[in-house]
Amino acid sequence: MLSDVYIIGAGETKYGELWNKSLRNLAVEAGLKAIEDAGIYSKDIDAIYGANGLAGTINEQENIGALIADFSGLSNEGIPAIRIEASTASGAAALREAYLSIKSGEYNVVVVGGVEKMTDLHGSDIVNKMSSILDREWEAFYGATPASMAAIIARKYMHDFNVEKEALAMIPVNDHNNASKNPDAQYRNKITVEQALNSTPVADPLNLMDCSPVSDGAAAVVLASEDYVKKNGKDGIRILSSAIAEDYLSVGSRESIYTFNSARLAAEKAFMRSGLKRDDISFIELHDSFSIYALIELEDLGFVEKGHAKDIVYNDIKLDGSLPVNPSGGLKAKGDPYGAVGIGQAVEAYIQLKEKAGERQVKGAKYALLHNMAGTGASSVVHILGI
Amino acid sequence: MTELSRIWRETEYRYNLIGFRCKNCGRTYFPPRDICPYCHRESIGKMEKVKLSGNGEILSYSIVHDSSPAFKREIPYVMALIKLDEGPSITAQVVDCNPDEVDIGRRVHMVFRKIREDGKNGIIEYGYKFRLD
Repeated sequence: MLSDVYIIGAGETKYGELWNKSLRNLAVEAGLKAIEDAGIYSKDIDAIYGANGLAGTINEQENIGALIADFSGLSNEGIPAIRIEASTASGAAALREAYLSIKSGEYNVVVVGGVEKMTDLHGSDIVNKMSSILDREWEAFYGATPASMAAIIARKYMHDFNVEKEALAMIPVNDHNNASKNPDAQYRNKITVEQALNSTPVADPLNLMDCSPVSDGAAAVVLASEDYVKKNGKDGIRILSSAIAEDYLSVGSRESIYTFNSARLAAEKAFMRSGLKRDDISFIELHDSFSIYALIELEDLGFVEKGHAKDIVYNDIKLDGSLPVNPSGGLKAKGDPYGAVGIGQAVEAYIQLKEKAGERQVKGAKYALLHNMAGTGASSVVHILGI
Repeated sequence: MTELSRIWRETEYRYNLIGFRCKNCGRTYFPPRDICPYCHRESIGKMEKVKLSGNGEILSYSIVHDSSPAFKREIPYVMALIKLDEGPSITAQVVDCNPDEVDIGRRVHMVFRKIREDGKNGIIEYGYKFRLD
């Protein structure tokens, strides 16, 4: 029988350059926090889903499911544990698989976590590994990096819609402002528009402040069925809908290089399945690994017409605006540990919807939309959560 | 170190800019693909190799200041998306020019160039880059 699905616990590590913590340390820390928060025990757990993007290449470690279960002390229980990989959208993809496993009636309690340990590689080596989110043979082979592909999209977008660079800079300014109120964020300093515009060039027209950092971090949530929640008196938030959609792997294969069809399709399905409208959404967590992506996503998720994100990035997206974006600090300032990002967004939604976000609380938050994206838009996962 | 076969099997396409045309709908693709995303099973066995002219225009570009070890020596370099005259868009470098000369809409043509070295002991990998007309 189909079941409603609830998040009954959440936890995350701090995001940042965490030199004293390993891949397994991070995963275990986030998992234990979520389990403690949910008030469950190992005997309650039906399965573990672990999200990770690049451990095979960065940390030379695969078999992530077993690793996480083992070092969480769960080996004797024989609990199923698998890793879900969907590049930078691994987190939300794992959240969705966990959601489906409970919705279907197969499981009652699932722990789903995401982890990425990125600072174990030095400087330009990490840029090479991160370029695996592109088409290695036909993009990265020729010198393309994730930032350069985002920059190619940005230049065309700014050119065709007459958008000033300043509009892009409003995204990191907003992210840093919100992250200053988030103790788990990698960067808690506020920045000005001028600082953003004058920061070091990475891939022109994008500067350092347009690009998410290299981050270590992990996040985890505990999902439970309606039956489990009722029988055990748990207090959770509900996953109203979950959707995933794919597009061409490479930017160059798409009809429009500044349209994320994956985001359009996933959002359409998520809204249809939830029965909500755009106006119902209290805040959004966007996949803004590059500032330009936030503008395009706001359009393709259906919150503003194509080419018009510039009309809302100056005011509406602020914490006290009409459509708060990234109260967590987003990928730019909270951080971008690839596989953890999508779960970290769910952690933020859980904190916000339970009104426990303190200084960065979105007033009267009822519904959250989370968008986690792979590569340059190859996959999008959208979740809508509510109280 | 990369096994030679990984590079060797793509040389035909990378050296000569060979794409694929769907005989069912006539669309042309690069890089090569076995199935046309518009014709699906109708295209199976009907994708034929086609030599692309190497002429096109710059759809958009970026000047790259941070990259992988293999490209560090070339920084700053121009990475572009080039719309080929036959239809497909291709991700490649634009070379032999000052980055300031590059612009959206400029005509370019393909040139054969060294792409990268696989470390000190690996092979040298070649392929296409583009020059301003």
